[in-house]
Amino acid sequence: MKKILGILGLLIVVCVVTASLSDSFLSAYNVENVLRRSALFGILSIGVAFVIITGGIDLSLGSVVCLVGCGLPWLLTVHHWPLGIALPVVLTVAMGIGLAHGLLITKLRIQPFIVTLCGLLLYRGIARGFTGDQTVGFGSEFKGIRMLATGKIPFLPGFELPAPVVFLAVVAVVAAVFLNRTIFGRYLLALGRNPQAATYSGIPTERMTVLAYVISSGLAGVGGVFFVLDVNSAQPVDFGNFYELYAIAAAVLGGCSLRGGEGSVVGVLVGATLMQVLRNMITLVTTRNNVEFAIIGAVILIGVIADELARRFAARRRTARAMQSVPQAGAQV
Amino acid sequence: MSVPVLEARRIVKSFGGVRALRGVSLAVHAGEVLAVIGENGAGKSTLMKILAGVQGPDTGELIIDGQVRAIRSVQEALSLGIALIHQELNLAETLDVGANIYLGREPQRMGWIDSGRINRESRVVLEQVGLAVSPETLVSELTIGQQQLVEIAKALSVKARVLIMDEPTSSLSGYEAQNLLRLIRELRSRGVAIVYISHRLGEVHGLADRVEVLRDGENAGQLSGGEISHPAMVRLMVGRELSQFYPHKVHPSGAPVLEVEGLRTRAHPRHAVNFQVRAGEVVGMAGLVGAGRTEVLEALFGITPALAGAVRVDGRALAAESPRAAMDAGLALVPEDRKHDGLVLEMGVRENISLATLHRDQRRGFLNRQQERALCEEMVGAMRIKTPNAEQPVQFLSGGNQQKVVIGKWLATRPRVLLLDEPTRGVDIGAKQEIYLLMEELASKGVAVLFVSSDLEEILGMSDRVLVLHEGRLAGELSRGELSEEAVMHLATGAGPRVSHPVPVS
Ligand SMILES: Nc1ncnc2c1ncn2[C@@H]1O[C@H](COP(=O)(O)OP(=O)(O)OP(=O)(O)O)[C@@H](O)[C@H]1O
Ligand SMILES: [Mg+2]
Repeated sequence: MKKILGILGLLIVVCVVTASLSDSFLSAYNVENVLRRSALFGILSIGVAFVIITGGIDLSLGSVVCLVGCGLPWLLTVHHWPLGIALPVVLTVAMGIGLAHGLLITKLRIQPFIVTLCGLLLYRGIARGFTGDQTVGFGSEFKGIRMLATGKIPFLPGFELPAPVVFLAVVAVVAAVFLNRTIFGRYLLALGRNPQAATYSGIPTERMTVLAYVISSGLAGVGGVFFVLDVNSAQPVDFGNFYELYAIAAAVLGGCSLRGGEGSVVGVLVGATLMQVLRNMITLVTTRNNVEFAIIGAVILIGVIADELARRFAARRRTARAMQSVPQAGAQV
Repeated sequence: MSVPVLEARRIVKSFGGVRALRGVSLAVHAGEVLAVIGENGAGKSTLMKILAGVQGPDTGELIIDGQVRAIRSVQEALSLGIALIHQELNLAETLDVGANIYLGREPQRMGWIDSGRINRESRVVLEQVGLAVSPETLVSELTIGQQQLVEIAKALSVKARVLIMDEPTSSLSGYEAQNLLRLIRELRSRGVAIVYISHRLGEVHGLADRVEVLRDGENAGQLSGGEISHPAMVRLMVGRELSQFYPHKVHPSGAPVLEVEGLRTRAHPRHAVNFQVRAGEVVGMAGLVGAGRTEVLEALFGITPALAGAVRVDGRALAAESPRAAMDAGLALVPEDRKHDGLVLEMGVRENISLATLHRDQRRGFLNRQQERALCEEMVGAMRIKTPNAEQPVQFLSGGNQQKVVIGKWLATRPRVLLLDEPTRGVDIGAKQEIYLLMEELASKGVAVLFVSSDLEEILGMSDRVLVLHEGRLAGELSRGELSEEAVMHLATGAGPRVSHPVPVS
């Protein structure tokens, strides 16, 4: 919990600063928009957090978003597959990708970075291939299913909750329970810290690692579906571009250590929200979108540095307090 | 008396709420061996790390050759001639032996690392410690005992005036340990001051000129010369007498529980090993470092599956292709290297203790947290684990208490066959006896106990029967009646003449 306080503080600071610089930040329209984007990225971030907890990394998820996000409208509008088949198919493909990653990493012992880097190139390439690089979309059809991403649920007078937020809440609760309350979550945390000791304790480390990659790619697939439902059309060239970096940054800001074995779902959610608020701030406050990456990079760096300093400060405080409780025995001997 | 080369006065050191040292003083002179002993968590390692500049004291002063000095870093300590061999191994596993010995002070020639010189000089120190491997061997290929010898060689290469050894023999077998003790005497006669920490009181008795006893972060007493005796040391350490150190009783052994036939391990594929362990029997497995004892246990437990062989537990064939399969058959393994294989260091005591029983105690996949807490409490109590609370990360426990956590984890599985690899490595005398009592109690309940140990005294004291391995081969089996130090050593060294004796220090 304490780990989250720092990033939560940063989120509040960024919100306050943005609100004071721009009147439209707190408008219902903008808040709903930021929440929707945060929810969509939150789904991806939770997925990649599982992989990061095992000590791995998933660089491919932006391309999985692209593959699924282009694949779904392509199957529906070009091939006229029924929704009840197309949707399960694209999600199964996404999970199959995770399964393949996991098996390559555990059975062939190829490094996660390499496996998923190749995935990053591969899946976007495939999506560009089967669409012939053409934009795909739903046009004016599929209004019903698109409500999943674009719909709103009355919440407060004058304010409605975007549907993806509700979906994210469900995903987050399930993920948090899985991580903290099931033996499998404990297995993941243990093997992320020390895979050897986990193996010696009879934990099926390979199967658990594969599971983490399936979760990551699976949620990337779900995210892809939501993203394309939200924006209505996808361009294979850049749909989902850099999303893996937003997701990884959100997870790390939220307290996942890239060394593995550490991370909380709530932290990841705060991290994902922070990223979207930052992007929102840049569009609202500046007229120059081209500095977006520079600002985001700087804020992540500040966040990580602040977190590290806070931890050191806490450690020193702890020592100092313990010192006071030591009777001055040492001084008299 | 002469001026001490190194003296520590009233050292205080706390970690969070844990007061590790509460005003400890200590002095060591040139040409003497000062043994520092004490129970697990007494503060020995902490004090040594302060002497060697690894960590600073909260208060207190260090005096070198009569002058007050601050030692702010390991580099500074080394330049003052103080070298420390850590209790836990600190080698870079992906580098070779020579690179490890000269890590951080590589000799250079025109800006390039002079690997010729590294190899030449490494060979000399390796020979001194009696380790017959090339400096170009990767550290990851060595056993723990061999890695320990590399650590010692590394400290020797510094040519220190004060050499601090924190449990250097804890994973050496009798033979290598003897060799090390000979080397220490040699260094002493050359005027090196040696601080020696060990839980093997027999060693301390034979070696030390003076003994400094620590208890709960304070000086508990000093012994020198003729006062140094086993009972005297124990009394100062634990504050009471320990009667009948080995609780061993001869067990009426039952049916064979563990049967091993034709087991061939990857390390020694040419030799097949056959043996049995009966219900209620405590069997010791002896041998030199590298004899293949750990490999046998790890093959049984499915860590590195055997190449060939049949294993039966209670008459049922066990295909141990994974630790989980071995656990389901009733096996438990307390591994040799607790830091690497036994513990998740950053996790708490509770989470470590429950790690091997989570699947048994689960409720449809959910953690049974009540059960988990109860189990932790039970084990902390039964093993007398010294920890501020159940959530304390085990990395902050002393070595002996870490070992108890590992044993507790495996006792929790209620095994039929308990395999222990160096169960008392780095464990203090009180805790040792508790571990022996536990082994004894389990055996009396019909558990088959098989333990590997490099501590000959322990092998002799605790075994109903001893299996001796030599270079992967079962060199012999000794029943309780035939047991003697000579008989074990004879078999362990391949009957003497075939062993190449290390070159004595010149
Ligand atoms: N970095 C640390 N953080 C918190 N507590 C620590 C740390 N290092 C040591 N301690 C605590 O300080 C006390 C002394 O530990 P130390 O390792 O010096 O004991 P020791 O005498 O060497 O024991 P052993 O024989 O088991 O090696 C222990 O209670 C230990 O838990
Ligand atoms: Mg110690």
